[in-house]
Amino acid sequence: MLPYLLLVPAVILELLIHIVPMLVGIGISFLKLTQFYIANWRQAPNAGLANYRYALDFNSAAGKQLLHSFFVTIIFTVIVLVVSWTFGMAAAVFTQRPFPGRGIVRTIFLIPYALPVFASVITWNFMLQRDNGAVNHVLVDQLHLAGGDRPFWLIGQNSFYSLVIVEVWRTWPFAFLMLTAGMQSISQDLYEAAGLDGAGVWAQFRGVTLPMLRPVNRVLLLVLFLWTFNDFTTPFTLFGKGAPHQADIISMHIYQNSFVTWNFGTGSAMSVLLLIFLLVVTGGYLRLAKSGSNDA
Amino acid sequence: MRVTRLAALALASLVGVSALSACSSSNSGSGSDKNVTLTYWASNQGTSLDNDKQVLGPELAKFTQQTGIKVKLQVVPWADLLNNILTATTSGKGPDVLNIGNTWSASLQATGAFVPFDDSVMAKIGGKSRFLGGSLSATGAADKPPTAVPIYSLAYGLYYNKKYFAEAGISQPPTTWAEFETDAKKVTNAQHWGLSIEGGSVSENVHNVFTLSQQQGGAFFDAAGKPTFDTPQNVAAVRQYLDFIQQDKITNPSNAEYAQGTEALADFAKGKSAMVLWQAASGSLKQLGMNAADIGVAPMPLPDPMPAGGKKVTSMVAGINLAVFKNTKHMDAALQFVKFMTSTPEQKVLNKTYGSMPSVTDAYADPAFNTPAVQTFKKILSASAAPLPAVAAESQFETLIGTAVKNMLADAASGKNVSESDISAQLKAAQQQLS
Repeated sequence: MLPYLLLVPAVILELLIHIVPMLVGIGISFLKLTQFYIANWRQAPNAGLANYRYALDFNSAAGKQLLHSFFVTIIFTVIVLVVSWTFGMAAAVFTQRPFPGRGIVRTIFLIPYALPVFASVITWNFMLQRDNGAVNHVLVDQLHLAGGDRPFWLIGQNSFYSLVIVEVWRTWPFAFLMLTAGMQSISQDLYEAAGLDGAGVWAQFRGVTLPMLRPVNRVLLLVLFLWTFNDFTTPFTLFGKGAPHQADIISMHIYQNSFVTWNFGTGSAMSVLLLIFLLVVTGGYLRLAKSGSNDA
Repeated sequence: MRVTRLAALALASLVGVSALSACSSSNSGSGSDKNVTLTYWASNQGTSLDNDKQVLGPELAKFTQQTGIKVKLQVVPWADLLNNILTATTSGKGPDVLNIGNTWSASLQATGAFVPFDDSVMAKIGGKSRFLGGSLSATGAADKPPTAVPIYSLAYGLYYNKKYFAEAGISQPPTTWAEFETDAKKVTNAQHWGLSIEGGSVSENVHNVFTLSQQQGGAFFDAAGKPTFDTPQNVAAVRQYLDFIQQDKITNPSNAEYAQGTEALADFAKGKSAMVLWQAASGSLKQLGMNAADIGVAPMPLPDPMPAGGKKVTSMVAGINLAVFKNTKHMDAALQFVKFMTSTPEQKVLNKTYGSMPSVTDAYADPAFNTPAVQTFKKILSASAAPLPAVAAESQFETLIGTAVKNMLADAASGKNVSESDISAQLKAAQQQLS
């Protein structure tokens, strides 16, 4: 009896903090919750599946834009994931063996992760401005790389690359941190044994480091995927209320659809669709990772 | 041991103090106005949030002195104001009195969040007839009692740099768009551009496109309140706005990035552009260090000849309204505060400081409102200003059109040609998102 009693506070909090808001969100997605009803949202009429039909009608402008935003987000997430993980892994391997100043190097690597998001991303916003930004000053005025033409970084096609760069800059230190922590538990004996068997650095990395980091990587990739896919603060700080079309990440798109146009029903419907997608991906991934580890 | 005892002592004394203060506060409680504290959300009218606090502080103190009602002031930046109001509306917990952008009136009216100013409520604050007719036109749907009362009135004008105009041999500000184009090209050179615009700002874009559309005889909503975003007139209006960058090349393409709401004006003040379409800004221009002798202001130009059905509109009815939150527990005190803020002496003080125009007729007797600039704006407001559509979907309309124009400006700025069929498609897509 006592163990269950001790669990009660946790269960109540879990319900209050996770389950209830989620259910309310799902409930809202079936309501026509527009500005006319927010003051008294229990009166909002039932919308049935209308919000979902609106979001998924790919022949209409709204559906097309949602689909566009979805694909932009997928490409964005994949690039950020691959680059962040590669950077993090390279840096973790680089600082694996002790050398003078290793602590300082590690600290420097972690700075982007330690800075408050708003403060660092607004700095990127200043740096990326066309006329007065540091990026164009270096690229155009100092190095004369752009052929005299000042490129835009915050609007147009380049805005997508700007967002990728800023996001990688923010994310890779986390990959580095996790991988460094994971490497602490790899016994030095394994490397010595591999070395005695004639394995070079690359073979040691493939034969010892990677397999030993498998459990860490499994979690790390999932977490990075979910964080990047859902990230709102970075694009919001970088672009303001409306993201450029080319960098219209799904979280921004949903924000625009619920808060800016005051239609919380469609915003919730899109969120639920996103939730279902993420659940399917996560479930599939965990299944795949599990069967993979059984084979190994 | 010693440390623990010290800590216990400190804790005990803390408990004692708080118990004492609890006593004192419960002793003084009673129902009179003396203990009422109103929460007031002010919008950012000055050069910074602190500046607003400095301006409003002494005035609120006057109110407390007159009535005994205390006012807790919160200055909310424009970027957050609408969101905060929506949150307050949803939760039912918010300020007692608040400023709103007057263009949101009809949308916020539809939420039912504010006390309607029907005749009996109007009577409590001194009656409807005190207010300037034009500014009362932007206080909600025409067939309903106003959802708020005007407090600061504003209009758009064409600010021009007299020095640059004289250097280019132009003696008069342009009155037609054809003249405007010629003049703007003359004053565009290596040092400065002809016109600066706040191209990344959703609201500036939609306000300008609205006025241009009125001149073309267009409308974004028909008489029945149905959206008509992609009419040829509206396409022509957007086209005209994009062409400042795209075809006429009188505007720096970088302006497409300007989203802070101050950058185009700062460019004008610093001499980086010769003209800017802006709401009454003498105060801000002075703060930004522009030489007063260089500042000229005229109504926005008109097409010549006027297109069929075109209206001689040179500005939207801009301004700030004051609303009372329906869930307030201090209705009488809140209305007293509204009466105070719209009283003639307060209107004089506040509008003088902010460089806006009073919303009550009596205040214009003050010589401070007799300057040529104020006269120009007063004339615009009374003769050639039209309110934005007073439909419930207004705030959605502002967001959707403003964002579409922002994206098209971005395309034009990065060298892509935005054709009329592109504009039409964008406007159509915006309309489909209206729900």
